[in-house]
Amino acid sequence: MHVPGFILDTVSSEHSYPLDQNVLYDILILGGGPAAMSAAIYAARKMLNIAFVTVDFGGQIRETSEVENYLGFQSINAHDLIERFQQHVKSFRLPIGVGARVEAVFRNDGLFTAVMEDGLRYTAKTVIYATGARHRQLAVPGEKELIGRGVTYCSICDAPLYKDRKVMVVGGGNSAFTAALDLSRGNATIILVNNARGWQADAILQRQIRDYKKIEFLDLHEVVRIEGGDRVEGVTVRGRVTGEEKTVAVDGVFIEIGLLPNSDPVKNLVELNERGEVVVDCLCRTNIPGFFAAGDVTTIPHKQIIVAAGEGAKAALSAHDYLVQTSRL
Amino acid sequence: MAILEDKIREQIKTLFEALQNQVRIVNFTQEFECAFCRMTREMLEELGHLSEKITVEVYDFVRDAETVKRYAVDKIPATALVGEKDYGIRFYGVPAGYEFTSLIEGIIDVSRRKPNLSQDILTELAKVDRPVHIQVFVSPTCPYCMFAVRNAHRFAMASSFITADMVEVTEFPHLVVKYNVQSFPKIVINENHALPGLPTDTEFVRAILNAIAR
Repeated sequence: MHVPGFILDTVSSEHSYPLDQNVLYDILILGGGPAAMSAAIYAARKMLNIAFVTVDFGGQIRETSEVENYLGFQSINAHDLIERFQQHVKSFRLPIGVGARVEAVFRNDGLFTAVMEDGLRYTAKTVIYATGARHRQLAVPGEKELIGRGVTYCSICDAPLYKDRKVMVVGGGNSAFTAALDLSRGNATIILVNNARGWQADAILQRQIRDYKKIEFLDLHEVVRIEGGDRVEGVTVRGRVTGEEKTVAVDGVFIEIGLLPNSDPVKNLVELNERGEVVVDCLCRTNIPGFFAAGDVTTIPHKQIIVAAGEGAKAALSAHDYLVQTSRL
Repeated sequence: MAILEDKIREQIKTLFEALQNQVRIVNFTQEFECAFCRMTREMLEELGHLSEKITVEVYDFVRDAETVKRYAVDKIPATALVGEKDYGIRFYGVPAGYEFTSLIEGIIDVSRRKPNLSQDILTELAKVDRPVHIQVFVSPTCPYCMFAVRNAHRFAMASSFITADMVEVTEFPHLVVKYNVQSFPKIVINENHALPGLPTDTEFVRAILNAIAR
């Protein structure tokens, strides 16, 4: 078994600077990924009165093992990167609330109120909405029924269960190739299936997995259904060119086909696009004055850590400009 | 060579400054230690040196049969966190990876003698009126499992009817088959009620109440 050392994730530890429901904050930052954390740092340096509310720190970085494309780090353990981000944020001694998801955001008299799942409410003059995204599902028969019984969306969590077993990874981008790499460490036999032609992952990731002997590449194939009763027994795929269907016996299916934005809490507040992403302009402004958004929850096309961090910084600076220009400070 | 890195050790020292009451870490290993038994024991002994509020007791799974029975330990490495009483908090397997955080925060909770839970959750847990055994199956690389383990252990502190185990299944592969573990975290309540994935506090408590209502 691979033991990833002893991780002290201070994320869930109590924070010394609690949030106050009775305070009107200048900026309420919702989310805990790189966009939110970067926004917090930029806003804190403007000496604004900030509240930072998140279910956890790190966002989707928590689900990867190594990060190899963040400026300044040729390769860094994902947890270490989160820890560095977090320490940077916490160095500003901000009031932080961890553990509860936001349920809804309302606007009243030009002020924003976020209602959390634990019933707490926080009010602010502006919001930076950076709640990220979650895994997209295939929406095929058998998927929902077999979640937790062989259908999985978290390779870093579940790859250890598939040591020496046969699995399918669905997807063609970086997440799918990262899942394949996680599984290769346990000597799993892997079938990588992509709906599109070819593979969209970074060339460097493709090179890392192509040397692995126990992987089969199957592009231009779509998953028709996932087979099994009590557990996954196979996957039926259809060739998009030939139309032929075949059922492949596998013990597990790792689904890595992209993301769904966590925009439900604001769907009645701001404009979303057809994919449910919060529509932002190049200054991270939404159609609602004072409501800014950043990172994977927005229409920004490239869902990358460094892009999200940059967008978070922009959102904070834009929020500051808004507060100054509207004489709200 | 020390198990814990200096950086982690310093962070823990700071966290342990907040310890309020004595915490007993009760560890079970055996004379010929498996690799993870040894790693667990050595790590716990290092923790014991980081605060005067912590004592570490090491027992032999074979020789100390009476203590093994008292703590109802059925596999090793096993670790119990004990305050003024045994709350039923157990770690089976090495609490490594993200589960190390569960261990440290569990120690802090036990030293406070009260779990960090909302009044709503405590009210629901007060309805538990018969024995509940929670097993949370985890892998050390799973970044979400610790939240399930933390809640299970807090529930055990809140209710004298509840006992809660973290089980690192890659050390106990037969349990993967027995409990049909195919994703992490997997929660099993009283052997017959399974929850795949990470439930919210409310969903978790509801599942417990449903399990005992059967």
